[in-house]
Amino acid sequence: MIMASGFSQASEMAEIEGGTYIPLYGNDSLPVSVENFKIDKYPVTNKEYLKFVVENPKWKKSEVKALFADGRYLNHWKNDTELKSDELENAPVTNVSWFAARAYCKWKGKRLPTLDEWEYVAMADKETADARKKDGYNEFILSWYERPKSFHQEIGSTYENYWGVYDMHGMVWEWTADFNSVIISGETRRDENQDNNLFCGSAAIGSSDLMNYAAFMRYAFRSSVKGNYSIRNLGFRCAQDTNEEENSANEAL
Amino acid sequence: MAILNLKFKSTTITFLLSSLIIVFTSCKNDDEKTKDPEDVKVSQTMNAELTAPPMVPKPTGRRKAKKLVVDMEVIEEESEMTDGVKYVYWTFDGTVPGSFIRTKVGDEVEFHLKNHPDNKLPHNIDLHAVNGPGGGAESSFVAPGHEVVFSFKVLNPGLYVYHCATAPVGMHIANGMYGLILVEPEEGLSEVDREYYIMQGDFYTKGEFGEPGLQPFDMKKAIDEDADYVVFNGKVGAMTGDNALTAEVGETVRLYVGNGGPNLVSSFHVIGEIFDKVYVEGGDLVNENVQTTLIPAGGAAIVEFKIETPGEYILVDHSIFRAFNKGALAQLKAEGKENKKVFSGKIEEGIYQPEGGGIQEMPVDEEELAASRPSEKPGLEEKMELGKNIYGRTCVACHQANGQGIPQVFPPLAGADYLNEDVKRAIDIVLHGKSGEITVNGNTYNSVMTAQNISDQEVANVLTYIYNNWGNNGTEVTEEMVKAQRRN
Repeated sequence: MIMASGFSQASEMAEIEGGTYIPLYGNDSLPVSVENFKIDKYPVTNKEYLKFVVENPKWKKSEVKALFADGRYLNHWKNDTELKSDELENAPVTNVSWFAARAYCKWKGKRLPTLDEWEYVAMADKETADARKKDGYNEFILSWYERPKSFHQEIGSTYENYWGVYDMHGMVWEWTADFNSVIISGETRRDENQDNNLFCGSAAIGSSDLMNYAAFMRYAFRSSVKGNYSIRNLGFRCAQDTNEEENSANEAL
Repeated sequence: MAILNLKFKSTTITFLLSSLIIVFTSCKNDDEKTKDPEDVKVSQTMNAELTAPPMVPKPTGRRKAKKLVVDMEVIEEESEMTDGVKYVYWTFDGTVPGSFIRTKVGDEVEFHLKNHPDNKLPHNIDLHAVNGPGGGAESSFVAPGHEVVFSFKVLNPGLYVYHCATAPVGMHIANGMYGLILVEPEEGLSEVDREYYIMQGDFYTKGEFGEPGLQPFDMKKAIDEDADYVVFNGKVGAMTGDNALTAEVGETVRLYVGNGGPNLVSSFHVIGEIFDKVYVEGGDLVNENVQTTLIPAGGAAIVEFKIETPGEYILVDHSIFRAFNKGALAQLKAEGKENKKVFSGKIEEGIYQPEGGGIQEMPVDEEELAASRPSEKPGLEEKMELGKNIYGRTCVACHQANGQGIPQVFPPLAGADYLNEDVKRAIDIVLHGKSGEITVNGNTYNSVMTAQNISDQEVANVLTYIYNNWGNNGTEVTEEMVKAQRRN
């Protein structure tokens, strides 16, 4: 439906009106303020990333430093400039490290969204800015966790949310600037004890439990990665402060 | 061992303590066997033999403690829950349960846990055989496309569960992330003729039992503990028909039985056998002559029995609706000479008795049935296909994969005179159930078949499938014929 327009405007950004929200984790679950900002409507695609690599050879698969990207960097590309045959140009680029994603955004005159900005936008479903208590919203996320190879989709294939942003859920994980600011030890039962309200609070089973599960796995994933990890299900999109304009002049890196 | 026990008791009787320690240490010098497992030196390195269920690695026998390298990979993949039903499993090594790990007291295990690059989630492993916080979970937390290595020394003999403990733990376990690790005592377990690996698990799907297609995990049902499937080794029929376990008369069979849960406790029972020995909860305590042993979620037991007489033995969770309605059923086929002293050949199978002589009928939601009905009339080929699926989940447990039944217990359908001579009677039995004595191909059976809660069209399909297989007379049963037999 939106495919045709989607591709041509892939780098378009959506204006996000700031506000406060209570994140699941961190900051003692106090409300967090998010300023007005802009965020890419779609995740960055293989095609867009190729342009970046061509103009910034140090991010080529063959030249990247292991410190900034591990051995799986662009593993689904045949070589420095070509995708493997069954990969899609307009699918989100994955197997990119946090350092690479950050460099890409900088090259675009943008930056990675903060964890709070990302979570703020990701709370929305089609109709509401904060849909976290809706069963349908959470079920969609939970079912995505179980769908193998969902990275193999073109951008725009999931839904457009309240802010006009696509694919926040149901496609790939996404890097955030401060992805590991909330650390989950990986020993979840211990983590749970740190916040009894999350899992031990009540015997009633409601949408808030589903919400916790859906978000918990996202935080757990973030805690399992390091900046140079390149992972098949992990891509990114960029953000920008509202007063800045896109800078296609492309700062050299 | 006696000296060790004494030492423990003496902790409250302080005046004895010092003298006992002297006894203990002097004995320790004389006898290697009383050595604290912690101090056991390992000599060589070896790669652990890992096996997919229902197989078990070779016994550790008399080998010395070693450094044992275990290599496991986490794989998220789609597979079949039962005929026509798909499910996305999260697994250790691609099977549910994961590979069986066999160790010996004193072994130093070097554990390599890999998370397949295409996986979406981080995983870890908590081994109940580990002494240490989280059972290794914290040190084994690994992102997709990465590998972690950690090590531990096994100190306590027994059969232990391992599982993934990443958030949310319940969901990882519910999707199949569990398995067993055996720690053999220094002298090894006694020799037996056969060993098998079985693990029960409960599954929660969006659709009800048997609803076809790819079924997503249902978190709400899992929290409510409302299981759609309760199965051995990850799917319905993992060990039935051609995949049945085998043994010969006179052999002693040892089963390593675990329960992954996530929720349900198993009443593990083998129909037609008494366990000669049960290592209760997988520990040191041995009980003898046990009919049914309780296996908690996240627990295990070792059971042993000698096969005295040939035939089919059915492994069930004796919380019996799980066996006949949710899949918790496996088979052990024993071949060999009849032993009339032990088994006369005529028994009354007890498992259905609790339901009484009366046949229970389940309420039918007519609207739901109407909705599930295909709009067009299916052709013979389609009916056969649909019928096969229904047979696979509804009939196969008793009547078996090729309609051969189970001698003396469940009558055959293959080439069965009783079936072929009266189609109306056959429809009536499927719809309304049957109890009491019947004669099929010259053999008498006295059992109970419950009324089947399936639609007219489903009855037509499954009976058409049965009538057009295994040397039966080729009758095509129609929906109208079924409707005519409904008693309203």
